[in-house]
Amino acid sequence: MQTTKTTSRSRMQSLVKGESLQRFLALGALVLLLVFFSVISAPFRTTENYTSILVATAVNGVLAMGATFVIITAGIDLSVGTTMTFCSVILGLVVTNAGLPLWLGVPAALAAGALVGAVNGILIAKAKIPPFIATLGMLNVTRGLAQILSDVKPIYFEGTPQFYDLFMGKSFFGIPNVVFIMFGAGIIASLVLTRTVLGRYAFALGSNEEATRLSGVNVDAWKIAVYSVAGLFAGLGGILIAARMTSAQPSVGMGYELDAIAAAVIGGTSLSGGVGSIVGTIIGAFIISTLTIGLSIVGVPDQWKLVITGVVIIGAVFLDILRRRRSA
Amino acid sequence: MKFTRFSGLLAGSMSLALVVGACGGGSTPAPSKPYIAIVSKGSQHQFWQAVQKGATDEAAAKGATITYEGPASESEVDKQLTMLQTALDKKPAAICFAALDSKAATQKLQAAKDANIPVVGFDSGVDSDIPVTTVSTDNIAAAGEAADQMAKLIGEAGKVAVIVHDQTSQTGTTRRDGFVNRMKEKYPNITVVAIEYGAGDPVKSADLAKAIMTANPDLKGFFGANEGSAKGVLNALKEAGKEGKIVAIGYDSGQQQIDAIMSGVMAGAITQNPVGIGAKCVDAALDAIAGKTLPKNIDTGYYWYDKSNIDKPEIQAVLYK
Repeated sequence: MQTTKTTSRSRMQSLVKGESLQRFLALGALVLLLVFFSVISAPFRTTENYTSILVATAVNGVLAMGATFVIITAGIDLSVGTTMTFCSVILGLVVTNAGLPLWLGVPAALAAGALVGAVNGILIAKAKIPPFIATLGMLNVTRGLAQILSDVKPIYFEGTPQFYDLFMGKSFFGIPNVVFIMFGAGIIASLVLTRTVLGRYAFALGSNEEATRLSGVNVDAWKIAVYSVAGLFAGLGGILIAARMTSAQPSVGMGYELDAIAAAVIGGTSLSGGVGSIVGTIIGAFIISTLTIGLSIVGVPDQWKLVITGVVIIGAVFLDILRRRRSA
Repeated sequence: MKFTRFSGLLAGSMSLALVVGACGGGSTPAPSKPYIAIVSKGSQHQFWQAVQKGATDEAAAKGATITYEGPASESEVDKQLTMLQTALDKKPAAICFAALDSKAATQKLQAAKDANIPVVGFDSGVDSDIPVTTVSTDNIAAAGEAADQMAKLIGEAGKVAVIVHDQTSQTGTTRRDGFVNRMKEKYPNITVVAIEYGAGDPVKSADLAKAIMTANPDLKGFFGANEGSAKGVLNALKEAGKEGKIVAIGYDSGQQQIDAIMSGVMAGAITQNPVGIGAKCVDAALDAIAGKTLPKNIDTGYYWYDKSNIDKPEIQAVLYK
């Protein structure tokens, strides 16, 4: 027992060092982008714009945080986008259709997300379905359910003005609350990842699942827990996006999982597991929004925006591979 | 043991699919009624649901059977082509097709023609002579009308921007071009400073619209070329606190746009006639099956609507919520 603990600690240390390098690189890249766009474009360096970037990152940031937990276990969750939509529909059903108060709707949406995550976890841990397939299947299931439950029509929150005020109201510094909610969720996620057993086991599962299992850890239970966490964050994402649109839109959400995974990877989370951080993920999410918005303001055509964003993602993964090769 | 369990699961899910399919509505048409396969752009958006309603009601009235399907999102050109192939394989009496990409389907349409299955285009046309007719809105004229209205509202001078859903479908390109070209031709003092593509996603379109407002603080107007894009414009104006300060013109309807027009945040919008499109494409298909010659285009019409005429019956008839 003792030997395993010491080995895993020194292993953790070397991993952390490599991971810190990537995180540093990601932060450096973000700063570089911000400086670059601020210098070449006067409209970019307005408070209004920086606020827009913050708001644009909120939903993806939250989805990406959940995805980080999963990717650290060397898994993947392709269902975060459609689960987000599903949870926004649940919120709509509870608040608008059933007329129940927000303080019931919000937990319902979060619980729905966690439930979807738990199903993912059970499929992966118990039925031994590979994460890619299991979450791909759930992507379709939640998408279909969102459409069935909403009758493929948007559910509006016009009758609940406090919903928009609560989430998009500007309580501090003229910045909509969703931004603070994202950072708050980030702090909680980071604490869970680095200070709790769940986090430790997530890293362990990603580094060496067999060794973790042999150490006597209930691997199945912790996998289910990790995927439930991802689902919970997808639920939060659903609430935030519903606030931004003042409605639950069943047709929106496909493709959001790709931005979430990209944010995590750019921020230093390795797709082969065992490495990752919430701080890095948030930085990754900001890099994506800064690029998209910066390129828009400068007037780069849509097609080139796609190419540039793609190159950045590939570059980030490449750096990740280089770093791991060096530390191996 | 494992194999039995697996085959049991497979059999179970297939039976479920059959049951759901049977409940969902006919895929095997009665031999006496002509069967028209309709491949649309999807049923995600209420616009398409209205088209479906128009087609379903008209088919019921005229004694035809239809199937109505479309891909999950309007960027899934390949999925739509697969659906078109499946429709062809069912040997329908006619096919109605709303192309996501006006060039990609040409081969399959040729196959339809070779099999003597008339093709009726609707909504977005196809870049070919194969369709016997295209039932659609004259999007160029409609977007041009939007440009005229915008010009009127901003005093025929200033900066405007356009949010479009995509540049691969005909509806995307014609509405964009219709608006931009009208401005170029008639209003030399109006500049279209930006055209952004938001895939009809109200949040992504909102972020793009906010970026445009940031880059152009003196922007006077936004045109959202479809419902999702227009919703994005409305969301952006709300988030930036610019409601009422920038003229917003939308397309199609939906609760959010209708509410915005009533409250004054949106100046007005262009509505097509989705129910009419559905009905007329079924009619055209039946005419084609009967061997009648059809005009190259069947214009289903568009209307400009704003607070002043939104309650008129002919407008109410074409709006959807």
